[in-house]
Amino acid sequence: MTGAPPGPRTPAGAPGARGEPGAGAAPPKFAVAARAALADTGLRRGLRAGAAAVRERRSAAPEPADWEDLREAGRAIRDGALLGLDAHLEELERAVTEAGGRVHWAAGAAEARRIVTGLVRAAGAAEVVKSTSAVAREIGLNGALARAGVAVRETGFAELVAQLAEDDPEGPAPYRDRARIRELFARRLPGAAGGPPGDPAALAEAARLHLRERFLGARVAVTGANFLVAETGTVVLLESEGNARMCLTLPDTLICVAGIEKVVPAWADMEVLLQLLPRSASGAPMTPYVSSWTGVTAGDGPREFHLVLLDNGRTKALADEVGRAALRCIGCSACLDVCPVYERTGPAPYGPVRAGPIGAILTPQLRGVERAAEASLPFASTLCGACADVCPVKIDIPEVLVHLRGRVVESRRHRPVPTPELVLMRGLAWTMADPRRYEAAVRRGTRWARLMSRGGRIRRLPGLLGKWTEARDLPAPPPETFRAWWSRRHR
Amino acid sequence: MSSRDEMLRRVREALGGARGAPPEVPRRYERRLSAEDAAAGADVPALFGERVAENRAAVRHVGADELATAVAAALWGREAKQIVVPADLPFGWLAELDGVRAMADRPAIDVDALAAADGVVTGCAVAIAETGTVVLDGGPTQGRRVLTLLPAYHLCVVQAEQIVGTVPEAVGRLDPARPLTWISGPSAAYGADMPGAEGMHGPRHLEVLVVED
Amino acid sequence: MRVALFVACFDDALFPATGRAVTALLERLGHDVSYPPGQTCCGQMHWTTGYHREAAGLARAFTAAFEGAEAIVAPSASCAAAVRDAYPRIARAARDAALARAAEELAVYELTEFLVDVLGVTDVGAYFPHRVTYHPSCQSARTLGVADRPLRLLRAVKGLDLVELPAAQECCGFGGAFAMKNADVSVAMVADKVRHVRDTGADVVCAVDNGCLAHIGGALSRLRGGVRVMHLAEILAGTGPA
Repeated sequence: MTGAPPGPRTPAGAPGARGEPGAGAAPPKFAVAARAALADTGLRRGLRAGAAAVRERRSAAPEPADWEDLREAGRAIRDGALLGLDAHLEELERAVTEAGGRVHWAAGAAEARRIVTGLVRAAGAAEVVKSTSAVAREIGLNGALARAGVAVRETGFAELVAQLAEDDPEGPAPYRDRARIRELFARRLPGAAGGPPGDPAALAEAARLHLRERFLGARVAVTGANFLVAETGTVVLLESEGNARMCLTLPDTLICVAGIEKVVPAWADMEVLLQLLPRSASGAPMTPYVSSWTGVTAGDGPREFHLVLLDNGRTKALADEVGRAALRCIGCSACLDVCPVYERTGPAPYGPVRAGPIGAILTPQLRGVERAAEASLPFASTLCGACADVCPVKIDIPEVLVHLRGRVVESRRHRPVPTPELVLMRGLAWTMADPRRYEAAVRRGTRWARLMSRGGRIRRLPGLLGKWTEARDLPAPPPETFRAWWSRRHR
Repeated sequence: MSSRDEMLRRVREALGGARGAPPEVPRRYERRLSAEDAAAGADVPALFGERVAENRAAVRHVGADELATAVAAALWGREAKQIVVPADLPFGWLAELDGVRAMADRPAIDVDALAAADGVVTGCAVAIAETGTVVLDGGPTQGRRVLTLLPAYHLCVVQAEQIVGTVPEAVGRLDPARPLTWISGPSAAYGADMPGAEGMHGPRHLEVLVVED
Repeated sequence: MRVALFVACFDDALFPATGRAVTALLERLGHDVSYPPGQTCCGQMHWTTGYHREAAGLARAFTAAFEGAEAIVAPSASCAAAVRDAYPRIARAARDAALARAAEELAVYELTEFLVDVLGVTDVGAYFPHRVTYHPSCQSARTLGVADRPLRLLRAVKGLDLVELPAAQECCGFGGAFAMKNADVSVAMVADKVRHVRDTGADVVCAVDNGCLAHIGGALSRLRGGVRVMHLAEILAGTGPA
């Protein structure tokens, strides 16, 4: 959705901006990437202000009385969509085709890039207008189009700003306040003569003027989708800025790229999802614009419509009985809005697929947990559960996080050299399995810990526990455990 | 094997025994306005008017015999000189225009002329009280999508009987085969430190006339 | 009533005063307290860190140690949540139907649930003449849903001046292994929590989880915060001039 909080930025379209996702230098672990984000005081200020604004919006717009019933229905609708996904996809293809559209199937990111690039070339366009699409970011579409000599014009405000600033799509997303955006616009938008003043309306006006020309001249547009209705072949798209409306109305050719999980069985299901998504995304009862189209309509809008259906790891997630719940996601970003970790790190440490708690459970499933970056994502949470409380389709994010932690551990269990953590955790489990071993270990540990303490506090611990004492003390263990006290008392 | 067949095969394999056993959807949510909502709004058009206003759009309730005057007054208030209208807009709606040139979308107006227009007047297919939404489906009095997209001002005429209480009622009335546009207030940019930046790409101003007898 | 105490391994070694307080409190209320000696660790840490096989082993040992107990009471919301909420999942992951059945038999309560719901008391006859604020730990508030039970107990304590904690529902950043694996984010979170605690002007911040309290207390101590951390049970166990 265009109204979502700042997500990982879309590539600026520079050649080689991102080839095959996953190629090149290994991305850093969450904790390492988070350090840079934590050091960016501007970003933290912006995130904090954003989180406060969301909290205010939420408390200003009380949930409707039937909210829990809507969530239950939403969960069941999305589960039904996934459990019958093969039949729904075939039905969707039939309905889209009958309505004059064309459906393309992309098993992976490379195939999706190839299909879209081919369609743009076939239309003879050297430029495309593009509205916000998480899937386009996931498959590195902008880079591919740029390599094919196609200029990509981002039309969402946040994406436009990132494109003008030539942000590194893989690097941390810098926070920009209005003054910085104004400065950027003055430098990069020739139309904004003398630089617009720093009020939001003037910035919006500058973006409007800059993009209006692009829209009016555009021949091909690329968009994402919020829902694909199998029964009728209808694409549904929600947004607040109006740029997606421009994209799906003005050009001759419309290309929509969407993950296969976006399917919902029936048009009637929209009566639930069009209540859940707007409220969860912004607190408002309805998003400013909801557009839907079914194939092509003579005399109104594009003459050609292409729907590109993407797998790219989704069927792997679908195969996981616990993990598949992540595919219920309807992309509202409510879990990001309430996440205390996201509030402090912003989107960058989660990588380019999806940020926040949903990204922490989706990315490792789509990309696998072999690399340290993806393997670290399920651990990027305190399991506080704030996300599950607000999820409109009741994804139990903490449950999936713990499940995926198990997968990460299993995937590393049989390495020739066991990880230090595995050795420690196995050792602990062995010790804890027997009360006498446990007692002896606690006695030993207590003795050591007391030797390390000063004034009843431990200020520095060795090994894995050293991370604790970097910024926190630990109380020295008292000489007598509860267990020892109990047995002394009952002797 | 084509990618299509491969993807469908993967889906079937992934689901295994769970495949095709959709859970019953519990539809206990409200399909019509709850008693409190209806009472708070006194009646459906009044609630609709309140919610449209909350969406930062202007709204006026007018009698059927006042409509032409109200349309003229609204356009006069925006200092509109040149407007566009769907080809089938009832002539009576524009009967009181004074000093405003209305261009009908037949033959199709080109995009530059649309972008240069001061406003557009349309009807709608359905309106939703609880969300303050007007829905256009390209049917009578509405025209092509682009008509309500490029001009900076959209004046939308809603007949009281077109207003339903809830989203489920609206979804039931609409035909998804038609190009649908749900409009709830003017366009806006959220996030990115842009509070209240209205009028990004769609019309900057939305005004709704609710016609009641 | 016969109450079987479940003292988390962490509490056993680092915060034995909590277990002693629960013992004193329940005995004062006239109940028969026991401490099943077979207990060691409930397996929560292994489960949430991804060592699910090890967690299953510890869960089996736990259910054996507490088999047949009338009521199991834990002064740790996260450990009570592990047994009640995670054991069925641990059993499912291990495909261990016997463990699932055994877990279902366990009647485990977090202390404030036990006091308010089972014993039906909110005034436990405590006296604690201090200014106190309460941090609702995530496992107590979200997983167990103890809601305002701790606050009702605190309000009934004589001499106690209860002050509201701003942004109380926000996680303190402990999260078990999270505090080590994502130490920087964890510290950024606890810094905000500590700021809110200090803003209340309280002498004591209390909770029903010693993990969170060790985290908050560790940061307060490093910052010389001047605010003590205390488990709620230790406040409820306190008596003084009646």
